[in-house]
Amino acid sequence: MSTSENRQNTRAARNAWLLSTPALVILTLAATGPLMIMFVYSFLTPGKYGNVEWQFSTDAWRGILFTRDIFDNTLKLADAHLTIFWRSVKLSILTTIFTFIVGFPTAWFIAMRPPASRALWLFLITIPFWTNLLIRTFAINQIIRNEGLLNTVLIKAGLIETPINIIYTDTAVFIGMTYVYLPLMVLPLFAAIDRFDLRLLEAGYDLYASRWQVLRRIILPIVRPGIVAGSILVFIPSLGAYVTPRILGGGRQMMIGNFIDLQFGQGRNWPLGASLSVLLLVIVALTLLVYVRVTAPEKTDG
Amino acid sequence: MTDTYAVEARDAVKEFGQGAGAVRALDTVSVAIRQGEFFTLLGPSGCGKTTLLRLIAGFDSPTSGTILLDGQDITDLPPNRRPVNTVFQSYALFPHLSVAENIGFGLEMLGRPKAEVEQRTAEMLALVKLEAMAGRKTAQLSGGQQQRVALARALAPKPKVLLLDEPLSALDLKLRKEMQGELKRLQLETGITFVFVTHDQEEALTMSDRIGVMSGGRILQIGSPREIYARPTNRFVADFIGETNFIPARIRGGAAHLAGGVELKIGQSRADGAATLAVRPEHLRLVPQGMAGALSATVSHSVYFGTDSHVHLKLLDGTELVARQQTDPDGAGEPKPGAVVGISFAPGAVQVLED
Repeated sequence: MSTSENRQNTRAARNAWLLSTPALVILTLAATGPLMIMFVYSFLTPGKYGNVEWQFSTDAWRGILFTRDIFDNTLKLADAHLTIFWRSVKLSILTTIFTFIVGFPTAWFIAMRPPASRALWLFLITIPFWTNLLIRTFAINQIIRNEGLLNTVLIKAGLIETPINIIYTDTAVFIGMTYVYLPLMVLPLFAAIDRFDLRLLEAGYDLYASRWQVLRRIILPIVRPGIVAGSILVFIPSLGAYVTPRILGGGRQMMIGNFIDLQFGQGRNWPLGASLSVLLLVIVALTLLVYVRVTAPEKTDG
Repeated sequence: MTDTYAVEARDAVKEFGQGAGAVRALDTVSVAIRQGEFFTLLGPSGCGKTTLLRLIAGFDSPTSGTILLDGQDITDLPPNRRPVNTVFQSYALFPHLSVAENIGFGLEMLGRPKAEVEQRTAEMLALVKLEAMAGRKTAQLSGGQQQRVALARALAPKPKVLLLDEPLSALDLKLRKEMQGELKRLQLETGITFVFVTHDQEEALTMSDRIGVMSGGRILQIGSPREIYARPTNRFVADFIGETNFIPARIRGGAAHLAGGVELKIGQSRADGAATLAVRPEHLRLVPQGMAGALSATVSHSVYFGTDSHVHLKLLDGTELVARQQTDPDGAGEPKPGAVVGISFAPGAVQVLED
C-alpha cells in the first residue's frame, strides 16, 4: 500500500517537473543566453566589418586596459579607456552621493506628511517616470545649453555676460543623471524612514544627544538598509548609463555604456564590446554582493 | 534634604492648536514634587498627565507658566540639556544597539570617558539583573526585560528626576505586579525622585509617596495614598479611586442632614447648604431596621464575590448604594431582595465633598 503511494508521489513529482520544463527552459535561456553569447564573443577575434571571426583570442580582454602601438606593436596602457572608466565610476559615485543629499530630506519630508497627503507626494515623485528618458534628457539639454533657459535668464538678469558652458561637460552628465535617478533614491529611503519609530528621536534627545548626534547615531544607522538600497539603485544604472552621457556629454564625455556602444558600431570591435559588457556585469554583481553583505545582519535582527 | 523642590510646575498651561480651535490639555497646573519622592500623576486618559510629564521632560514647551528643576527655571531648556530622563510607555529602545549600548547611550552622549561608561553600564545591568543579556539586541528580549533595559538606560546617567510614562501598561498582570515591586526597590536604592504617570489607581496607591489626581487638564487633589483614598475632597477623586457611594445631604449647624431625618456629625467645618457625602462600600454597615441614627433602605439584590458580597440598596429618595459585607460560611446573614434594612456608618467614614 505504501509502495503504491510512494509510486504515486514520485509520478506526481515527475509530472510537475515535466509540466514546468518549457517555462524553465525559456527562463534559463532568456536569463543566461545573451550573457553566454557575450561571454563567448569576448574570446573571439573581431571581423573586418563588425561581427566576429570564430578564432580564439584574449585580445579583447587585454584590450580593456591595454592598446597595441600602431608603429612598434608594443603594449601600453590605454589612457583613453582608463579616462572613460574613471569618469563612469566618478560620475556614478557623485550622482549617488548627491541624490542621497537631496533625496534624504525629500524622503524625510514625505514620510512626515499626514498619511492622506503622503500618497500625493509619492505620486509627484513618480511623475518623471511617465515621460520617456530620452525626452526628459533633451529637456535638461534645453535648459543647460549655452542658448538655453538657464543661461538666457542669467544673461537677461545681468548676472553673467557670457553663457556658462555646462553642456557637453562632465557636469552636464552629472546634472542629468542626478535628475533622472533621484526618484530611485527617494523611494527606498522613504520606505525606510516610514518604518522609523519617531519616538526614538525623543528617546535620543532625552538621553542628551544633540540634533546632529540623533541624526548620526540613531536615524542613519536605523534607516541604513534604505540608504544602501537607494545607493545601489542609483549607482548601478549610473554606471551603465547610455542616454544621458550621449545627449548631455555630447559624444566626447563618454561613459562605459557609450564606449560599449562604440565597439559594436563605428569601432567594429565586437569582442572588446563583449568583454566590456561582461566586466560591467561583474562590477554590478560585486556591488550587489556588498549590498547583501551590508544588509544581511540587519535582517536577522528583525 | 534641601528646601528646594525636585520639580515644580507653576501655573503651567499647555494648549494644542491655535485660536478658537485650541485644545487646553493643561489648565493652570501648579505642583511641587519633593526631593527623593515617588510622585504619581493619576488620571483617566486625556486628563493631561502625560502632557505635564512631557513639559517636565522638555519635549513640549508650556504655552505659559514655568517649569523648575531644583529651583532653577528650565522652561526654555531643550530636553537634551535637562538632567531628567524618561522611561517611555513604548520603551523606545534603540533597535540597532545592544542592551549594553542602549544603557550606555546617555553617558556616551554626555561625553563621559569610555571606562566610566562601561563601569556604569555594568552597574546598571547588575541593578536590573540583566548581566547575561548585555550583548543581545533589544528585539530578542521579552517585554519585561525590555522594560528593565529602558529603566536602566534612563537611570544610568543619574538623572535628578526620572519620569515614567505608564511604563507598566504593556505588561501582563503578573509581570506588572513584579515590576511594581522592582520599581519601588530601584527608587529606594537610587534615591532618585520618580515622577510616575498611570491611569491604574491600584498601581498609584501601592507605589506612591504622594499622588496627584488629574482630570480635564487640572490637578484636583494632591496627597498621600491614604489621604486620597480616605479623604477625597471632590466627587471626581472619590469616584475615580475605588468605589464610592454618594449621598445627597444638607449641611446645617455642623451636621449633615440626610433624607429620613437622619443627622450625622461631620468632622469638617462646612458652610451650610447642599452637599454630597461620600462613603466607601466597606464602611457601610447593615443593621436592623429602625435602629437609631440608621438610614432605612430596601435591598435590591446582592452579588457574591467569595470573600465578600456586594449588597445593592435603594434609599427612600431613590439614591442607590452599595455595601460590602463579609460573607458567612452558610450565607445566613445575607439580606434577601426586597427586605427593608437599616444602614449605619461611623462618622469618620463619611467624607463631605466640595460640589
